[in-house]
Amino acid sequence: MGIHTIKMPDIGEGIAEVELVAWYVKVGDLVAEDQILADVMTDKATVEIPSPVAGKVLLLGGAVGQVMAVGSDLIQIEVEGTGKSSPHAPRIASSLPPEGADPAWGGPAPDRSSAPATVVEPTATVAAPPPAQREAAAATGVATVHARASGDKPIASPAVRRRAWDLGIELQFVAGTGMAGRITQQDLDAYAGRAGQATSATQADQRYTQRSAEESIPVIGLRRKIAQKMQEAKRRIPHFTYVEEIDVTELEALRTRLNAKYGTQRPRLTLMPFLVRAVVLAVREFPQVNARYDDEGAVVTRYAAVHLGVATQTDGGLMVPVLRHAETRDLWACAAEVLRLSEAARAGKVTREELTGSTITITSLGALGGIVSTPVINHPEVAIVGVNRMVERPMIRNGAVVARQMMNLSSSFDHRVVDGMHGAEFVQLLRGYLECPATLFVE
Amino acid sequence: METLQTTLLIIGGGPGGYVAAIRAGQLGIATTLIEGEQLGGTCLNIGCIPSKALIHAAEAFHQTCHYAGKSPLGIQVDAPRIDLTQTVRWKDGIVRRLTQGVAALLKKNGVTVIKGWARVVDGKTVEVQPANAAAAQRIVCEHLLLATGSSEVTLPGLPFGGRVISSTQALSPTTLPKRMVVVGAGYIGLELGIVYRKLGAEVTVVEALERILPIYDEELVKPVAASLRKLGVQVLLGCKVRGLNAAGDAVQLSNASGEISELPADQVLVAIGRAPRSQGFGLESLLLDMNGRAVKIDDQCKTSMRNVWAIGDVTGEPMLAHRAMAQGELVAEIIAGKRRRFAPAAIAAVCFTDPEIVVAGQMPQQAALAGLDCIQASFPFAANGRAMTLEAGDGFVRVVARRDNHRIVGWQAVGIGVSELSTAFSHSLEMGACLEDVAATIHAHPTLGEAVQEAALRALGHALHI
Repeated sequence: MGIHTIKMPDIGEGIAEVELVAWYVKVGDLVAEDQILADVMTDKATVEIPSPVAGKVLLLGGAVGQVMAVGSDLIQIEVEGTGKSSPHAPRIASSLPPEGADPAWGGPAPDRSSAPATVVEPTATVAAPPPAQREAAAATGVATVHARASGDKPIASPAVRRRAWDLGIELQFVAGTGMAGRITQQDLDAYAGRAGQATSATQADQRYTQRSAEESIPVIGLRRKIAQKMQEAKRRIPHFTYVEEIDVTELEALRTRLNAKYGTQRPRLTLMPFLVRAVVLAVREFPQVNARYDDEGAVVTRYAAVHLGVATQTDGGLMVPVLRHAETRDLWACAAEVLRLSEAARAGKVTREELTGSTITITSLGALGGIVSTPVINHPEVAIVGVNRMVERPMIRNGAVVARQMMNLSSSFDHRVVDGMHGAEFVQLLRGYLECPATLFVE
Repeated sequence: METLQTTLLIIGGGPGGYVAAIRAGQLGIATTLIEGEQLGGTCLNIGCIPSKALIHAAEAFHQTCHYAGKSPLGIQVDAPRIDLTQTVRWKDGIVRRLTQGVAALLKKNGVTVIKGWARVVDGKTVEVQPANAAAAQRIVCEHLLLATGSSEVTLPGLPFGGRVISSTQALSPTTLPKRMVVVGAGYIGLELGIVYRKLGAEVTVVEALERILPIYDEELVKPVAASLRKLGVQVLLGCKVRGLNAAGDAVQLSNASGEISELPADQVLVAIGRAPRSQGFGLESLLLDMNGRAVKIDDQCKTSMRNVWAIGDVTGEPMLAHRAMAQGELVAEIIAGKRRRFAPAAIAAVCFTDPEIVVAGQMPQQAALAGLDCIQASFPFAANGRAMTLEAGDGFVRVVARRDNHRIVGWQAVGIGVSELSTAFSHSLEMGACLEDVAATIHAHPTLGEAVQEAALRALGHALHI
């Protein structure tokens, strides 16, 4: 028997540390070759770590939520033969560095200060258990827990099924410890116990019952990245937000007509491609908003290209995939790319490259856009354009009250490098393009 | 018109309806049940129970005749005869005892029973013309449960009447026909065909498909086909029935190549299946979602209309009394506020031919279609001591289990008396048993059930008695 140690791989160029976001195995589990062991996350992309060998898991190198240095020991697997990597047995436990750099880790110290408080002390989880305890863990882990393949129906006796219904528990979420993954009454007890006492009083009127449960949710993974980005932006950037209303009646007429005409052959147009085009044109006159500000180096870099960040809500949280070289795309190419990016982001398939390098950002909540918003700038950019809800409103045109499609744009600028005057002029230029859509195509 | 109020109104007093009513009564739900004919429905009156009574009587008579020849058991009797009137009276006695039992249980549980035919007015209102009252009544309910069952399918060109009878009439024979033609080689046709053959009629079974009992695989059906040959039941496969001939004393058939022939018949039993009873009483006006003629339901027996429920045969296949009963119990409990779902691991189905066939869970080809990698093994009754002592060496027990974790997904058996094994089959499937569970359970010796254990052992590669 040998020990195979898998080190935290270098996932993206220039990344010194990655965050451990999920373990799919535990100590004592038997793993097959190519089985996914863990998910780790870099700046934004999540990467699966497969096992290069088959064997039994001896040690996990960290707890979920822990930020680990590239090259540090991720997991140790007991394998047939002599093993590989560093066979110096429980190295991880002894080599957890004190605060500060440790050359052995090949990078900066793990960012333990930012690990959530609810996570168990890392040393406790990685310390090698005494042999007896380890054997017991291995025995129970291997002999009694049989994972159900996804899609398999949960197997439980009629009495267990009935009790689960009474408790309002969906059996598909209950782990089965019986033969072939069968769910026992004890498994149900364990699950119900975890779910709390809320399920016990199912018959009583719950509308006015006192609720005192607390839930600690570790802010890890994408949520931590979002938190850090937002904190960074708000702490560093003195925002000013400028709101202007836009008459989009003509734009909507054009959009409807184009969709009717090309409805079947081309991607359906939303407002987004038009706004993208307007931004592309407007930044030519106001290059100071299509820029990134390195405030430590005191340099603003203006870009000829427009790499447009498109704020996208995903199940995991906010992501900003980047529409590259927006200036090269016509309406439909733009619509297709925005659709592709948002779907990729929602499916979790977006790559690291597609999430970095934006020069200005658009954020839109669609029908939820509200009247006014105060968008947070996507640091280190210097401007963000927010789209509010489109609504038909009575407006006065030539002395008469007429119904017009109105929509507000709420835009934020970095006041350090964009003056109020220029921000306002930029938005007015956008408004000009959007209110007279022909100008979007005439240069 | 008199208007009555009730919480739960059940249309149909068959196994589904009466069980729902009993359970609802136990749970304190005000319940009214409308039945147009006799309590007990198809099952107790013209289905499961009377057919099994006749099967038993015919088998006893057949055995006695068998002894009158040269019995290996050494029993000697002189030419036995059967008094068919007494046989039917005995059968009717059983039916009466059971239906009266149902009536007593309903009464005990406080269920109001109205005899009469119901007509659905809307999802909460039903009109009924009670058999014993002059005026029609209107019943307004909170929950409406449709348990109207099914009726025999007729064959175009061969309407019931005269020599052409349905299974209902076949269960109450007054005289024995000399020559009987049975149309349909499904389980009803074969069960009754065998009864009439054992009672002494010349029986020919005509089937449009190329095989008998087409829902089962070849292997399961083989012992039944052999038994039919031995009993002298003629089976004509791939033949379509066109109708009676001009004289009305023979059935006209056409075979696969279109040749037309005539088959003389004193009686023609049409047993080509049953269809949900969903028409003719105003149900159409509710515009419920349907599956063909069956009312569409979800896993709580809810129809597409709120608080209108449906159970049993009217909801389509599998048309089995025990399914309807389980659904009836379920609906009553849901109405009482319990959380229930119809999620059985298996509903066993038994075919009371000679020999019997029982299936529970998935057959090998069904498991394969479901994408499961399965192992199967069978154990023959020829190697079972108890079967030999019962002169029942034909048939086998077969188990189907997943290859990866050995969880049993199906059981099949064919043989004399195997219907009672359905209990063990359903139990192991509902408990999620693995082959090892059954293989390591001590099965009493000498019983047919040992074949169940041996099948599991054989699937694991170490059967003992073969």
